Amino acid sequence: MTETDIPAAARPPRQRPARRALWGPAARLVGRRLLAAVPVLAAVTFGVFAVAAASPFDPVQQYAGSAGLNASQETLDQLRANLNVDGPFPQRWWNWLTSAVTGDFGDSTSLRQPVAQVITERLGWSVLLCAVGFAFAVLVGTVLGLAAARRRGGLLDRTVTSLSYTLEAAPPFWLGLLGIWLFALQFDVLPAGGLTDSGSDVVTASALLRHLALPALVLGISQVPWFLLYVRQGVGDALAEDAVRGARARGLSERTVLLGHALRSGLLPVLTLIGSRIPELITGALLVETVFSWPGIASATVEAATATDFPLLAALTTLATVAVLAGNLLSDLGYGLADPRVAMEEM
Amino acid sequence: MTARTVRTATAMATAAVVLASAAACSAPDDGGGPGGGTDALTVGVAQEPETLSPLLGYGKEGNSKIFDGLLTHDAQMHLKPALATHLPKVSKDGRTYTYDLRKGVTFSDGKPFTAKDVVYTYETILDKKTNNASKSELDAVDSVHAEGEHTVVFRLKYPYAAFAERTVLPIASKAVASKTNVNTGSYNTEPVGTGPYVLTSWRKGEKLSFKANPHYWGGKPKIKRFTVAVIEDDDVRATRLRSGDLDGAILPPNLAKTYEKDEDKRTFSAKTADYRAVTLPSDNPVTGDKAIRRALDLAVDRKAMVKSILNGAGKPAYGPLPTDSPWFAKGTERPHDLKAAEKILNDAGWKPGKDGVRRKDGERAAFTLWYFSGDKLRQDHALAYASDAKKAGIDVQVQAGSREVIRPKVKHDAMLLGNGFPADPDFDLYPTLHSSQAGNGWNNLAYYHDKTVDEQLDAARRSRDPETRKTAYTKVQRALAKNPGYTFLTTIDHVYVIDDKWRGLTTQVEPHDHGIGAGPWWNVQDWQPEK
Repeated sequence: MTETDIPAAARPPRQRPARRALWGPAARLVGRRLLAAVPVLAAVTFGVFAVAAASPFDPVQQYAGSAGLNASQETLDQLRANLNVDGPFPQRWWNWLTSAVTGDFGDSTSLRQPVAQVITERLGWSVLLCAVGFAFAVLVGTVLGLAAARRRGGLLDRTVTSLSYTLEAAPPFWLGLLGIWLFALQFDVLPAGGLTDSGSDVVTASALLRHLALPALVLGISQVPWFLLYVRQGVGDALAEDAVRGARARGLSERTVLLGHALRSGLLPVLTLIGSRIPELITGALLVETVFSWPGIASATVEAATATDFPLLAALTTLATVAVLAGNLLSDLGYGLADPRVAMEEM
Repeated sequence: MTARTVRTATAMATAAVVLASAAACSAPDDGGGPGGGTDALTVGVAQEPETLSPLLGYGKEGNSKIFDGLLTHDAQMHLKPALATHLPKVSKDGRTYTYDLRKGVTFSDGKPFTAKDVVYTYETILDKKTNNASKSELDAVDSVHAEGEHTVVFRLKYPYAAFAERTVLPIASKAVASKTNVNTGSYNTEPVGTGPYVLTSWRKGEKLSFKANPHYWGGKPKIKRFTVAVIEDDDVRATRLRSGDLDGAILPPNLAKTYEKDEDKRTFSAKTADYRAVTLPSDNPVTGDKAIRRALDLAVDRKAMVKSILNGAGKPAYGPLPTDSPWFAKGTERPHDLKAAEKILNDAGWKPGKDGVRRKDGERAAFTLWYFSGDKLRQDHALAYASDAKKAGIDVQVQAGSREVIRPKVKHDAMLLGNGFPADPDFDLYPTLHSSQAGNGWNNLAYYHDKTVDEQLDAARRSRDPETRKTAYTKVQRALAKNPGYTFLTTIDHVYVIDDKWRGLTTQVEPHDHGIGAGPWWNVQDWQPEK
């Protein structure tokens, strides 16, 4: 692609020649991060097993459930031996790690399934929920942030800004309960939870949309404030830049100035922050999935934690760690791509 | 390659992935959905089974929907044949049980049911490598073997009168289950059985869906689709019942009351063997004292507990057997009599101290009572018990804790216990009262030891003559009344609310753990629509 393909109006403010070597440094950055991820993952899983060892809960009692209260001591001892929950935790961590490397994540004690199966069954639903919620947050955040930045101090600006600060302080589970109360109980327009209606088995597209709406909305709304405030700040600052003033001086339409110049340059730092929001998104999903009985990874995490299902918890913690590391990597890559002054070699 | 191209490509790729995953998640419409029909039933329960494999304990008390046992219970809890053609032939020494099996029965995958499946099911449960927490219920079994395709013979280690009651246990398919890992394999979530229903889907934490088995040997059920929604929160369950999302649900008595005036709904108060009691450990000088035990037994106001804690849905309990059980020893009911309790304590030398708490030989009449944290029902019972005990001058400190916290303490401290197996008196009395079971797992937590009780419990399990057993159990209950090592408080009714659309609904006498197999839908396969 050359510069001549681009209509003059949409051309970004000229800074320096845009042509840079990208693939080489980016690949080296990814490689460095992959190497760095190994000790991080090892440390995190070691931490999970250490916490498990220190936990006052007994996995055998948790496994046996109500039947455990009538079981003989012999049965309980046999269960303890079968579940392999005794022994020093560094030893168990090492056993887990070595089999995890070969792809065997062990068996979930609470769900009576292999951990890999639990994850494959549930990952898709979580990704769908997070993707829709995040897309909603980005869309609403951009539109409202842009509108607020355009007339700073105006009525809309003051409304959305104060609303954002309020929402930022509201925990997602509270928003979730509020959403259920409002849409499911008061108005009776959206279902309160699950993937489908209780009487129906098959996941139909329309039922899924209706059931997805409320959890995705709540997750999205809980993510809107930070995005909105960043866009508002970024675009507001960009509006005061020389490039925008220049564009206005050239007599370009307000729409072009706002979308083509101010938004573009104001949005760049925000885009790179998206990756770093992943931990927030995961904790948000944790709460939202629990409130709405969404059959995803996050609700399995809650179940694994409350049932002291350490094999499942260890695998899910690893997964969350990978997501966070990948998010950081993505934002760094994005930063490198977006801002020519940043050298990937230095990250 | 420029930064811009990379950005555009990334955006396109992201959009494509999001769209693709949305499309992948949609599935074809089968036109299903909750309707007002009588051929589909959706119920709400509070507890989800941990597994659907009988090999790990699912459905061990019958009514498993997906499976059949050799025997089953009717509405009056009498045994009747299911996969067996008639009740077992028992040898004279009471140690050999022979079952003839029904011919022509197939599993839901079309494979025939034979004696091999029965042998496989029992042997797998008893296998040390199988993580079945209830396997001690089959302790009596020495061996099980097939004689030909359609006969199974159980050999017991000792004569055990209640054994036939254990054979309501569901039979798994050897052909399917033996190919999987018993503890974590697919048979836990994709069971194959001979029962009236076939599992169509199980989304954990949300619901289980069943469809009628068209080839069921007992005839195709009229209710074609059966859905069990798992809703832990009582209020949410009540709301979803009101909104029509559910046809029936288990509810606490106070929430069930709000449906009493609803003409389209019926309320069932199921009788149970589900009791609550306080263990009084023998090794504690206070709770081990017979005078204290008897005084507490008289000082507790059971009727007030039924009224205030259970909203009337229950009855006073004087032993593990409910007062309306045919095995209950009439005349062992104890009145609420604070004066008599005080007299017993005074006569035994427990004199009131300055702080209102009695003392004897420097020992303060005080002990700790534990309950499982989060269990509101047990908490309410514990607090009521402490308040009644205080009136008699006994100081009971109520504390909450997890199983891990409580278990090491039960030898010395009291605990609020809940249990109940209605099928045979042996199932409740033996583990709770026999001295051989003292402190074995969570059994006999009072470390109760009484010679008469031990002898009579042994006699009652050996004999298969109902009269002999009845006499022995009456002696056990009388001995327990004289030396009440547990204070039995209440037997709890389980309350269900359901749409009034079907005929002939009943409830069985229910056990302490009441999952899918309990409630009016215990025999959903036999339901007929209201004409």
